[in-house]
Amino acid sequence: MTDYNFAYLDEQTKRMIRRAILKGLAIPGYQVPFASREMPMPYGWGTGGVQVSAAVLTPEDTFKVIDQGADDTTNAVSIRSFFERTAGVETTTDTSAASVIQTRHRIPEEPLKEDQILVYQVPIPEPLRFLEPRESETRKMHSLEEYGLMHVKLYEDISRHGHIATSYAYPVKVEGRYVMDPSPIPKFDNPKLGDMAAIQLFGAGREQRIYALPPYTQVVSLDFEDHPFEASKADQVCGLCGAEDSYLDEVIIDDAGGRLFCCSDTDYCLGRRNAGHQGSSLPGNEVAA
Amino acid sequence: MTPLLSVHGITKHYGTHIGCADVSFDLYPGEVMGIVGESGSGKSTLLNCMAGHLAPDAGAVVFDTRTDGPKDTVTMSEPERRMLGRTDWAFVHQHARDGLRMGVSAGGNVGERLMAVGERHYGDIRNRATDWLDRVEIDAGRVDDRPTTFSGGMQQRLQIARNLVTGPRLVFMDEPTGGLDVSVQARLLDLLRGLVRDMGLSAIIVTHDLAVVRLLADRLMVMKSGRVVEAGLTDQVLDDPQHAYSQLLVSSVLQV
Amino acid sequence: MIELKNVSKTFTLHNQGSAIIEVTNDVSLKVSAGECVALTGASGAGKSTLMRMIYGNYLSQAGEIRIGDVDLVRAEPREVIALRREILGYVSQFLRVVPRVPTLEVVAEPLRAIGIGAEEAEERAQSLLAQLNIPQRLWSLSPTTFSGGEQQRVNIARGFAHSYPAMLLDEPTASLDATNREVVLSLIEAAKARGAAIIGIFHDEAARARVCDREIDVSRFTPKAAA
Repeated sequence: MTDYNFAYLDEQTKRMIRRAILKGLAIPGYQVPFASREMPMPYGWGTGGVQVSAAVLTPEDTFKVIDQGADDTTNAVSIRSFFERTAGVETTTDTSAASVIQTRHRIPEEPLKEDQILVYQVPIPEPLRFLEPRESETRKMHSLEEYGLMHVKLYEDISRHGHIATSYAYPVKVEGRYVMDPSPIPKFDNPKLGDMAAIQLFGAGREQRIYALPPYTQVVSLDFEDHPFEASKADQVCGLCGAEDSYLDEVIIDDAGGRLFCCSDTDYCLGRRNAGHQGSSLPGNEVAA
Repeated sequence: MTPLLSVHGITKHYGTHIGCADVSFDLYPGEVMGIVGESGSGKSTLLNCMAGHLAPDAGAVVFDTRTDGPKDTVTMSEPERRMLGRTDWAFVHQHARDGLRMGVSAGGNVGERLMAVGERHYGDIRNRATDWLDRVEIDAGRVDDRPTTFSGGMQQRLQIARNLVTGPRLVFMDEPTGGLDVSVQARLLDLLRGLVRDMGLSAIIVTHDLAVVRLLADRLMVMKSGRVVEAGLTDQVLDDPQHAYSQLLVSSVLQV
Repeated sequence: MIELKNVSKTFTLHNQGSAIIEVTNDVSLKVSAGECVALTGASGAGKSTLMRMIYGNYLSQAGEIRIGDVDLVRAEPREVIALRREILGYVSQFLRVVPRVPTLEVVAEPLRAIGIGAEEAEERAQSLLAQLNIPQRLWSLSPTTFSGGEQQRVNIARGFAHSYPAMLLDEPTASLDATNREVVLSLIEAAKARGAAIIGIFHDEAARARVCDREIDVSRFTPKAAA
């Protein structure tokens, strides 16, 4: 363990990132610039999230990483082993046992608690970026609360698809002030952003921005009066655990086009199965095709 | 009567070069004023100073706001000035692509100003956008098409619709007919004339085309080297110019 | 209604060696409501120039031109525009319109400008166009493509659409056939009868004799041996 600083980054860098995090918590939804470091992984693999995690981890923490809800995908496994090696912290896949959870594109199904921190990996932190390419202009729009453009995006959605077709990275307004990109989580997760007991931190490595939601922050998804926000998911039941209320992944299971809907949150699904819940697709429960 | 816009001693330097110097005038509700002069005469600098796109070195641009009466827009806070830019003011660029969002549908382009002032009902926004497309003679069936698929004249009309949807009281126009075919120009001029009359708009039009100001403007200001050399009633300045430069300008126009 | 006091006008040609041309000097005249006055004098004597000065189209260097309460020599552009919209009409020899605007709208426009509804304005325009024998099939077309005589009649219809209390007529009957000439003269007589003060230039002596109460020879205002 003498080969590395605790959690890879040097203390000065971690202090710099913590200052950005504290500023972000003080101004919920505001994007704080920070001096993002080169990390031993490519951009797009969670360099922002990893730096934020490194800055908040203590030796006593228990760490969990999920990628699209799963603990067992490449990205999740690599980051987990990275911190096992560089910080020597305990790791877990159990949502309730973790004190710091780094996530890519999901919020765990199980409600988080006050002593937990949720760290999001963010590819593009600027919600206005797709319509306004100038950074100088988007900053001004944030500072002057000129958010009409955000609704132009939703307007375009409805005019093209008949409904708001944005299904992930759905923009939200924080405490009635800043419009924020919640990272590419499905809009099903949007209602969980608001009034959450845990601290939520967002890190964008390539774009060099950190933003945050302190516990119990008001977060409202943008919409139109005649096209209200809806937290949608696939209209199915988990084939493994039978859950009706969790976000589902659609998995192709054979060459004949067979499909399985199952919880994207693997820990939640396993917990339910251990508690005796069963879905229709478990061996022995298959419905004849 | 209170002037809608009262400009006092607007001066803008670019280093040692004079952009415009000591320009003053009053514009009353319903008046259309033309600013003419050759390239580099400072007319665009003046327009940008008045519209809040450029900060003048000296002078005041006092606008008669709906809520607080006359206020200097040069010294007012930026949010307040930008709010004016979305509500009571409109700016029509010479090149439609500078004034439109080319990646957004025609309806979205027109609706943006409505959404910017807090309109949150999709159906209403769309109806008003469609109504405005009709008023600028764009087929309502094209409400979901992007302006990239429009002709130059249609783009310019879309830009006008996008600007006028919030019912502004003052429109700044920078060479609104520049770069268009003459037949398209005529149609646009006719449209602008009708809108100015029906909405009681005041407008300031910068152009180098004397035919445009003769048809649209009540009053004319002739600029040269950053200064106003002559001002007055449009037909009087054009038919009986007093200043040497105005005489040269008028006599230089080719007769058709 | 129309009163000129000691009005003078010079042209300074800055780009031609600053030549100064004195056109009219010390003009004083007065036209009352219901009166029609003809300006006479040889070609080049300054009849049209004087008309344009009275309309505010040419800038006078000295004196006073009062139309109602407004002094045109000193008035702000917006005052001149209001005056031309409400009080002072002008029928010139040439039609100047936005291309593509239908004839009916061209004629109705002065009425629309003073706030009269589209329907009422168009009715008035239709009756004038019919009176001046412009075929109905042309009403929806732009007058820019019309013959010279038709354009002139459209111009007259436009000039008489609104009942201006003061009117300036520059050769209103020139190049019209007998029928249309008669229509125009009756329009002038009707305007006089409702109390309009009119100044006109008529080369047509019979027409002048019929509608005009007085003649003013403008050559007496021409500066003697100046140029």
